[in-house]
Amino acid sequence: MGAKTPHYDKHVEAGARIVDFGGWDMPLHYGSQKEEHFAVRQNAGVFDVSHMTIVDLTGERARDFLQYLVANDVAKLKDYGKALYTCMLNADGGVVDDLIVYYMSDTDYRMVVNAATREKDLAWIREHAGAFDIEVVERSELAMLAVQGPNARELAAPCIDAEYREAALALKPFYGMDAGEWFVARTGYTGEDGWEIVMPAADAHSAWDRLLAAGVSPAGLGARDTLRLEAAMNLYGSDMDETVSPLEAGLAWTIAWEPAERDFIGRSAIEALRNSPDRQRFVGLLLEDKGVLRNHQKVVVDGVGEGEITSGGFSPTIGRSIALARVPAGDYDRAQVEVRGKLLDVRIVKTPFVRNGQIRIDV
Amino acid sequence: MNELPGDLLYTNDHEWLRREGDGSVTVGITEHAAAALGDLVYVELPEVGQDVETGGEMAVVESVKAASDVYAPIAGSIAAVNDDLADEPEKINADPYGDGWIVRMTLSDGLDESELMTPDAYQQMLDELDD
Repeated sequence: MGAKTPHYDKHVEAGARIVDFGGWDMPLHYGSQKEEHFAVRQNAGVFDVSHMTIVDLTGERARDFLQYLVANDVAKLKDYGKALYTCMLNADGGVVDDLIVYYMSDTDYRMVVNAATREKDLAWIREHAGAFDIEVVERSELAMLAVQGPNARELAAPCIDAEYREAALALKPFYGMDAGEWFVARTGYTGEDGWEIVMPAADAHSAWDRLLAAGVSPAGLGARDTLRLEAAMNLYGSDMDETVSPLEAGLAWTIAWEPAERDFIGRSAIEALRNSPDRQRFVGLLLEDKGVLRNHQKVVVDGVGEGEITSGGFSPTIGRSIALARVPAGDYDRAQVEVRGKLLDVRIVKTPFVRNGQIRIDV
Repeated sequence: MNELPGDLLYTNDHEWLRREGDGSVTVGITEHAAAALGDLVYVELPEVGQDVETGGEMAVVESVKAASDVYAPIAGSIAAVNDDLADEPEKINADPYGDGWIVRMTLSDGLDESELMTPDAYQQMLDELDD
């Protein structure tokens, strides 16, 4: 038996198939992963993401601390509630975790890190926070729901306290705000519009019931994975980990090289790879044949070398198999993937595969 | 889960087998197996005429979640495959004992029913899995 989120009884009530995820008993699906996937692409779905780790950082030098702790530059955050996606790197330039940091004020930030990496992340953050005199508070008492889809905000808005509803609906993408005891952010992990809503555990059941009554479909971890894969959003532990540079995981855009004097953990290690001709590519693959690409399958680039699929699966929206893969440096747009001893043709495509309900690649 | 069809035999690996009148058998995966895999998106079928050993890999069913081998419940030769599954693998989820059949086999030897499970025995195994 794993840990249970405040929404757990609601998953059981909705007929969820429960699986272990990083020590948590979480819903894999509620009957059909594909239907949940399409509900999010076409209407609205709700995911329980309470297992994710919320960490509040407070202190006079909170900004200095985060400029040292993460590879993106929190100095970019100047407006209340603005969010930034970034990685914490180790001294070797590998990824400790990917996360979102919200700016509340110069002395007050909120981070949301992964569930499976909770203990190591908290230890890492605390190890470095001491020198900056930062108060690190894990908010494990809070629940969190992600409501995602083209109709998600409209359907979820009545759940927000009337006093804050209008402001919540006016949030721009990648902004969050306090809404009484709730925190509402226009962020997500599906490639669709929507909110991630943090709330006291006491509100977990009523919020869930109201969302379902409003026509929002419960969606499990299975759909969450196919949606994020179509959106080409990285999954920690699959696409990158402590042995992988963000530069070889499609995360170069999350690194702030300027100002050059900002010394963040891992900087010197990844500088070396920055302009290296040997730097591996991180690409999207579309399977031309029938079949399904899976994690760890070998990618063969004729005359160049070999790579590996880091996230593979079937895209319900496209109706074909897609993958993210780390492949050798070089200029090529075709490759093959070894599936059960056979080499299947794949095309390298520009990601995302799907965004806002639309297929974004040539199929 | 619906009641198991009473006219079929079952395996430990959650395949079912139906005795056809002409001595051949039809093979598929059970509703339990289909539900555990989730929405099926691809089925790799064997060639017609291919010989298979008991317990040998015969087909692969892939869901959004995972790939899973389908094993031959008995030795024989593939007499026919369900080509409809190429375009509609979801038929296995919708109708695992009917339109979702996977192959028909002619047997190398006779059918030794003691090697397979009756509906009652398979149901008992499923009940134990649930515990």
